Amino acid sequence: MIEISKLIKNFGGHKVLNELNLNIQTGSTCVIIGRSGCGKSVLLKHIAGILKPERGKVIIGGNDVTKLKEKEMFGLRMKISMVFQGGALFDSMTVGENVGFGLIEHTRITRRELLERIEEALSLVDLHGIANLMPSELSGGMKKRVALARAICIKPQIILYDEPTTGVDPITADSINELIKNLHDKLKVTSVVVTHDMKSAYRVADKIAMLYKGKIIAEGLPDEIKNSDHPVVHQFVNGLAKGPITEAIEQFK
Amino acid sequence: MKYAFVNLGRRIFSFLYFMGGLANLTFQTVYLAFTPPYKKDRIFEQAKKAGNDSLPLVSLIALFIGFIFALQTAYFMQRIGSEIYIASLVALSLVRELGPVITALVVAGRVGAAITAELGSMQVTEQIDALETLAVNPIKYLVVPRFVALTITLPLLTLYANLIGIFGSYLICVQKLGISSSMYWRVTFDSLLFKDVFTGLFKTIFFGMIIALVSCYEAFNVEGGAEGVGRATTRSVVTSFILIITADCFFTALFYFIFP
Repeated sequence: MIEISKLIKNFGGHKVLNELNLNIQTGSTCVIIGRSGCGKSVLLKHIAGILKPERGKVIIGGNDVTKLKEKEMFGLRMKISMVFQGGALFDSMTVGENVGFGLIEHTRITRRELLERIEEALSLVDLHGIANLMPSELSGGMKKRVALARAICIKPQIILYDEPTTGVDPITADSINELIKNLHDKLKVTSVVVTHDMKSAYRVADKIAMLYKGKIIAEGLPDEIKNSDHPVVHQFVNGLAKGPITEAIEQFK
Repeated sequence: MKYAFVNLGRRIFSFLYFMGGLANLTFQTVYLAFTPPYKKDRIFEQAKKAGNDSLPLVSLIALFIGFIFALQTAYFMQRIGSEIYIASLVALSLVRELGPVITALVVAGRVGAAITAELGSMQVTEQIDALETLAVNPIKYLVVPRFVALTITLPLLTLYANLIGIFGSYLICVQKLGISSSMYWRVTFDSLLFKDVFTGLFKTIFFGMIIALVSCYEAFNVEGGAEGVGRATTRSVVTSFILIITADCFFTALFYFIFP
């Protein structure tokens, strides 16, 4: 269970997260939707423990991530993986070294086992025989899938996805959605997906939460969000140019 | 007028902020450098990049500095008829001052800039965040090897630059000014004391630390994509230059009073 309560984060005097509350059940897939730049990635990085909030708590399995010491954090990090928006593959290493990075750094498994684990992770994302390529030789969609393979290679309990389907073609996007669903079904991992791709959100979510002005303004089952009569949610999920979100921006100008 | 004060205040504040951040990074780096596991191969890789790959450039510059310095001192020494002292003057200036500073500036420009550009790009593409999520401390993994490598290689490079510089001056003196070869070496080694070599090399340890820490600090604080990386790289080189010269001034004054 991931419990986020009263999370506050400022960037340059601007409140990106403003007393945000959200609970995510173990083994479920929660999709967080919202406009670009509204703080979805920031929220994700707080769950991963990369960013520290000004105030508030992020409790994962009974531990408050915001207060953990380096050593305690280490144990937790091995249970959480993050898939970054642009892949964030280490470009000085081969695909294989990228995927096996967590294992190479932290475990003492034999070379043969390592290669097996890398191959296993890569085959889960439908990539074969590319372990010796460099990330610069891959297409955008392949990079995303390699990043996903790197995340699952350490067999985490929680996977955080930062816009997994942005910037890839619709077919790859669908295969990524399929993968997220499969991982959830097969490995029983808890997934948190940040996206503004509604098709993907409906496809993978057990629960959808909408982030707006630093708060979760609505959460519910995909169908509930789809048919929500909250004006902000309605405008966002239907992709309308006119509505309360854009009006607020007009006023702001 | 009010604007000037506000501006000044802002600059002082940002300077203090920078020094605080740099001090924080320094403590963490030194602490982590002494905590196992020690990744020798990563240090070696960085030492090769910083040291070995800088050899051609350092050779060229040191050789020319030797040439130039011999010719410039010859201009005056010939007037007073004491050409032979060119050897001691060049040796002392190179070993005590020019060798360390010029090598440090060359390395700051060549290696420091490369570090900021590389780690800065990693920062903007979230690779540094990715390291953290994979339970790897970015300071331990990225900064410590560069820090250790530069603190070791810069004194060695300086020693090498000193030798090349003296050799350059030797070529001018022996080939062009008619000083005998044996005489040149005797005067050179007679004028150099252990403390000259020691003080010269000692400060380069700190120059190496400055270059590594400043360039990593700037890289970790990159904001705003490729343009930000460019700005950070410029800032890293400029800041390293300023801090190297400041540290040099400090050490020169310190040694002047410790070893009179």
